[in-house]
Amino acid sequence: MTDQTLTEHYSGADAQPIRTLRPVDFEPLPASAPTAGMVRPSRSYWQDAWARLKANRRAIASLYIIVFLMLFTFVGPLIWRVDPALQDVDQISQRPFADRSAVLVMPFERWEGISLEQGFGVGDGLRLASQPTTQQVRMLWDAVPEASAYRLYRNHFEPQSSLVLGVPIASITRDGVHWYEDRLDLRARLYYYSVVAVDELAQPLGQHQTIVADVRRVITLDEVVARGLTDDPAALQPGDAIELSLHPLGTDYLGRDMLARLMAGARVSLFIGLLAPLMFVAIGVLYGATAGFIGGKVDQVMMRFADFVVALPFLLFMILFQVVFGIGPGESGIVPMLIALVVLSWPATSRLVRGQILQIREEAYVNAARLLGGSHQYLIWRHMIPNTLGVILVTLTFAVPAAIFTEAFLSFIGMGVAPPTASWGSMCNEGLKTMLTHPHELIFPAVMISMTVLAFNLLGDGLRDALDAKMRSSV
Amino acid sequence: MWSYTLKRILQGIITVWFIATATFVAMHNVPGDPLSSDRAANETIRANLEARYGLDRPLFEQYLMYMGNMLRGDFGISFTQQNREVNDIIREHFPVSATLGVLAVVFAALGGILMGALTALYRNRLPDYIIMFLVILGISVPSFVFAALGQLSLVNLNAMMGFSVLPVAGWGTVSHMLLPALVLGLGTMAYLTRLMRSSMLEVISSDYVRTARAKGVPPARIFTRHQLRNAVMPVITVLGPAIAAITTGGFVVELVFAVPGLGRYFVQAVQQLDYTVIMGTTVFYGTFLVFMVILVDLVYGWIDPRVRLK
Repeated sequence: MTDQTLTEHYSGADAQPIRTLRPVDFEPLPASAPTAGMVRPSRSYWQDAWARLKANRRAIASLYIIVFLMLFTFVGPLIWRVDPALQDVDQISQRPFADRSAVLVMPFERWEGISLEQGFGVGDGLRLASQPTTQQVRMLWDAVPEASAYRLYRNHFEPQSSLVLGVPIASITRDGVHWYEDRLDLRARLYYYSVVAVDELAQPLGQHQTIVADVRRVITLDEVVARGLTDDPAALQPGDAIELSLHPLGTDYLGRDMLARLMAGARVSLFIGLLAPLMFVAIGVLYGATAGFIGGKVDQVMMRFADFVVALPFLLFMILFQVVFGIGPGESGIVPMLIALVVLSWPATSRLVRGQILQIREEAYVNAARLLGGSHQYLIWRHMIPNTLGVILVTLTFAVPAAIFTEAFLSFIGMGVAPPTASWGSMCNEGLKTMLTHPHELIFPAVMISMTVLAFNLLGDGLRDALDAKMRSSV
Repeated sequence: MWSYTLKRILQGIITVWFIATATFVAMHNVPGDPLSSDRAANETIRANLEARYGLDRPLFEQYLMYMGNMLRGDFGISFTQQNREVNDIIREHFPVSATLGVLAVVFAALGGILMGALTALYRNRLPDYIIMFLVILGISVPSFVFAALGQLSLVNLNAMMGFSVLPVAGWGTVSHMLLPALVLGLGTMAYLTRLMRSSMLEVISSDYVRTARAKGVPPARIFTRHQLRNAVMPVITVLGPAIAAITTGGFVVELVFAVPGLGRYFVQAVQQLDYTVIMGTTVFYGTFLVFMVILVDLVYGWIDPRVRLK
């Protein structure tokens, strides 16, 4: 048979012509001839997974967010050394970047309604007697001869009708007194004061009079010293401008620093969010691997028990556990929450790991290793664990946001941490009450929760794509 | 099918027994005796309770009594409200939670299936990116934040329109239910959208869709008859756990929107340490959830014969 006929024989009429074989192709090669081999260096499973993860932009971005969160939680309090429970009564519900200047004034002195500051108290009707400050707002008005009392009201906006004048702050019945000094919880803002004269039957005499007071924030020397706002109190004089303590993210409704509280809350949230998944995944892996490895009756009984635990209504039992541990409302239950999370969450992982172990046990490479004389130890450490590690890692990543959510939920309904301990969930709960007037108290903790959950979710997605062998073969 | 149904129901009953036992054990480990504390409001309630639960008897006997009461569907008397039975509380407040839950599940399922299908059809194009961004948001933002934001935007909307478009809180009419149900369903909707998307992507590239297209079936018919029907299967399987998540997630939404549901009542009972209400509600909720999951599984088995043949 010639080369020609061989080619024709194997290639059909419409097939591509193949290279013709020559006698030299049938001669043995010398031992030194180059053999076929891998061109690129071989990469281990983890190197490969890492390379795939690095190519995933969203996963890398989420990794950066997580690193930032860790720094925020653990390094942040070292840099921003403000006590999260400390109340700054001068700055309550302060917005971020709000003006924090105050004027130094003399301590408060009694006012008899006579003395007037220069430039004030002139004119008719309701008028201010001095510069309105957060220390006092002093006003006086013309006496109405037939009045038996004067009613005073304070409002945050200009009253539109004589029926809605604002919060009643005083009713003055003393004869001859037609002045008033307001010292009630004053803030640096605009106030609208109204006065109405009434007769013996409490009927208004004439129209109400309204005045607007632009209240200036002031501070006394004693307060400056007590809050440590100055190094040299002797150099200060009344009228000097004082910078109150800085709150980069503002303060909450009790005047506590938001940034410090967010950092303290991060510790609680991440403590639960990281430790609980680590613990229940570890228990789940042990339980599931044991069941899967032993198999048979033991496996069935163990898994049936896991099924029961899965069936427990999760949030109800989380709350129930808090009650069982004697954590009533208003008490901090971080450790009980951790235990409850672990007790209720392990079965999902154990099911997954058991399934993996059962699957891997039947794989050809495990059989091959067994046939080659691999011991139990070897099989477990060389094949079972490395091949389930990817799944476990992905479960762990997805368990973190779930745990953070649970903590936030429990703290939100008041069954988690209690004041003054901060957690993102309890901060959201408090922020909800002041949502309409001071939205930053809700927005900051909500953003922190969302960002953390988002980062761990995206990282989980990326890890699953990078570690899942099935997906890899299809790409 | 019958043996499958029977097997699932039997499993469910055992699970409910486990839940009841776990609740009993948990509540009996609460530190202190609930009756000796000042929480039992007065002597009448206390006498009623001692007679009812025989708290001086051995633990096992108490357990048998408790299980007997549960079997007869009697959950006991409230600790904090005189002459109010737990059954009354459940009867009064559960329909509210159930209505809200059903509406939320409908929102979540319809929205999830439609949006998931849409993202798969427009894969890697603008609608896909927009919806998937919203989905990520829906998964990452806690429900109480959604509830707060929803309420806030409703307040602003009402103020802007000058009349009440939708009530901000409360319960009673259909308009009260819309926003709470939407907020409640949002997280599940996001999850279902994701699931539907991946399932739809698988179906789109399957052989039978290609065959249908090759036969010249109109795209709309391919979408409804071939793609949607097959892609919806995995979504139905997770509907059981989704119902569970929505019913228990209702606590927060009921609190924020002042809905008089069982979830809000449960949280209140916990805050007042009303032991019988806590126990009764837990067992009731547990039973409800277990049988919802079974129901969904049975429906799934009925739709997809492969499941029950296994």
